[in-house]
Amino acid sequence: MTLNLPDTLNPNRVVVAMSGGVDSSVTAALLVEQGYDVVGMMMRLWSEPGCGPDSPANRCCTPDQMADAQRVADQLGIPFYVIDVQDHFRNTIVQFFIDEHALGRTPNPCIECNRQIRFTHLFNQALALDANYLATGHYARVKQTESGYQLLQGVDAHKDQAYVLHMLTQEHLAHVLFPVGEYTKAEVRQLAEKYKLPVASKSESQDLCFLGDGDYRRFLREYGAETAVSGPILTSTGEELGQHQGLPAYTIGQRKGLGVSTPQPVFVLRKDIKQNALIVGSREELGQRSLIARDVSWIAGSAPPSDKIVSTKIRYKAQPMPVQIEKVANGRFRVKFLESVFGITAGQGAVFFDGEQCLGGGIIDDFEETA
Amino acid sequence: MNNQGRMAETIRFFYVIVQQRKLANPMEKKFIYLDHGASTPVHPQVLAAMLPYWTEIYGNDASSHAQGRQSSRALNASRETIAHLLNAQPDEIVFTGCGSESDNMALLGVMHLARQQNRGNHLIISCIEHSAVLKTAVLLRDSFNFDLTILPVDHDGKVNPADVAAAIRPDTALISIMAANNEIGTMQPVAEIGAIARAHGVLFHTDAVQAATVRRWDMAALPIDLMSLAPHKFYGPKGVGLLYVRRGIELFPTLTGGGQENGRRAGTSNIAFAVGAAEALQLVNDELESRLAHYTALTQQLIEGLTQAFPDDCILTGHPTDRLAHNASFAFRHLSGNDLLMHLDMAGIGASSGSACKTGNPKPSATLEAIGLEPAWTKGGLRLTVGTSITAEDIAYTVDTLKTIVPRLQKLKNQ
Repeated sequence: MTLNLPDTLNPNRVVVAMSGGVDSSVTAALLVEQGYDVVGMMMRLWSEPGCGPDSPANRCCTPDQMADAQRVADQLGIPFYVIDVQDHFRNTIVQFFIDEHALGRTPNPCIECNRQIRFTHLFNQALALDANYLATGHYARVKQTESGYQLLQGVDAHKDQAYVLHMLTQEHLAHVLFPVGEYTKAEVRQLAEKYKLPVASKSESQDLCFLGDGDYRRFLREYGAETAVSGPILTSTGEELGQHQGLPAYTIGQRKGLGVSTPQPVFVLRKDIKQNALIVGSREELGQRSLIARDVSWIAGSAPPSDKIVSTKIRYKAQPMPVQIEKVANGRFRVKFLESVFGITAGQGAVFFDGEQCLGGGIIDDFEETA
Repeated sequence: MNNQGRMAETIRFFYVIVQQRKLANPMEKKFIYLDHGASTPVHPQVLAAMLPYWTEIYGNDASSHAQGRQSSRALNASRETIAHLLNAQPDEIVFTGCGSESDNMALLGVMHLARQQNRGNHLIISCIEHSAVLKTAVLLRDSFNFDLTILPVDHDGKVNPADVAAAIRPDTALISIMAANNEIGTMQPVAEIGAIARAHGVLFHTDAVQAATVRRWDMAALPIDLMSLAPHKFYGPKGVGLLYVRRGIELFPTLTGGGQENGRRAGTSNIAFAVGAAEALQLVNDELESRLAHYTALTQQLIEGLTQAFPDDCILTGHPTDRLAHNASFAFRHLSGNDLLMHLDMAGIGASSGSACKTGNPKPSATLEAIGLEPAWTKGGLRLTVGTSITAEDIAYTVDTLKTIVPRLQKLKNQ
């Protein structure tokens, strides 16, 4: 995640990552109003070819989205460029998504995209244009303090996106702007109407952008076919309850659609890649008291004291849970929950907060090692 | 002076003011426009010649009253001027809506009539034709069952006349080879190809949209039967094209209606643009030598500057000498034309690339592939086309800018 800072940075120039959506459009409008020298940029990302009648493009950068972003840029009087990141995105993010599922994990491609594309590749593109800042439409805030930059949650608790930005470093935070983090989503929509942006009434984007139809199970069957081998569904004591359809199709904590009949409801506890087995059990068995996070980075540069009680989100929409964190090895930390939590899923981000401040985070490691 | 006359005077006055303000305000960031191959500004003399035909003389040239007669006179005079400059006859000049329409009219008009009269079914083009020719030829093949031969080009982008001769069949009705390539600037041996066509009794069309700004045409001497021109490439207005059609050649009509343009193209005549087209072509003729000297000095400066700055990573594309004087086209190894254009634009320089795509989905340039460049080069096309207002300082700035941009982009690629 290193940045190439040229010595010719234009202190007033900011590149806005535009998607054609409301949040990034308002981001651009706010920065224009604040007097920045704003440049709009959109990344052309890879997407599944030939899925559906007319979906040749990544849904976050379809010709429609591109035209919307172009219209916003034209209205704001800023230059707008589309850069080609298709191969890079396919080779890193999409392949990572396939590979991780093959290993029984449930990755968060948005975190990886931020890590490997948006805040590296795109950031360096912006810096190469002498831009001092990269701005995005994320709901998060950056606060400058005497001890350095802090990443804070957006003021809209429902939209907070600090979770997917936990990998940012001090160097990044010195050169990022998240203007919509100061507003609620409702206020952002009002701003879009105030600025008469042509995207004010657009709906939220939801599913993974590179899927042709939003069905990631189908996608994995087609693109990671060799991993979708059926195998046994076992209880934690080894009793066979039935057959699964290939491990990538299941998520930790899943109850419906397992195709087994038991007196008590059973939940997916974990995936045993070695045996190609899906391990299920009762709701009580699903509860965990700790996890191991790998590839952990800290925004301040170091971990909080291990006796400090902070909170952890184990997925984007999860409630923060109180935890204590202790170092296991370089980049590996044990996260001890003060009460039992459900649905810890290898591959998702474990992101640490102190109140509204995001401390950093990592990726939840395989289940076996956390036991 | 009547109301319209006063309005035209007012417009001229404001035009002068705008020009003076530009000169008086050097602080305003200058934009260096190196995309004259895409389009050119309208020459002030052309604009001035056109102005009366918006509000003073606006009649339909088909009308028999005084207004109509004035329009008709202007249209005829424009046609005569153009015919004179091309050493052609007025009835050989057709005003169209654009260069693409001229190409369409030539290909569709010749081929459909040849079929109707049982005179042929086969068409020959080159693989680096402008899409107005290429797509029309492919349409004739795929939707109308004509036979199409697409000739290769050599490493300089030249069509070999021997290939043309070898491709001619008894049923060949038309050969269409561009006078100069829009992307890499290579001039084609149109006189030689035309002579071969004529020897075989085949019609020869050339798309001279790019070439018209750098040479004069003697249609009485040249073995060219049809030729497309687009005045906006030589300081005339957009929205008007020209098609030269040698006397005696009939075309299947592609736009039917009121019988304008000698029945070749229906639709109310666009007097102002016809006047602008004639004035622009007159200026090419009058200023040709000085323009060519200016263009050549600038493109040489670009070619030397860039190939010396990046001896391993930048090559001149197209023929080294037999090329459009105002065109300096390059390929950069492992770089993307899109990225080059973005960085140049941010530096205040407008350029173009056959590999670029506004929607971020760049494909290798078909022209660069056709001249045999390896994949490492075919996405990195950059076309710089100079014009009358470009100075040596502009070029020096452009070369310096690329010296900054290219290493940055190379560094980004290598991450």
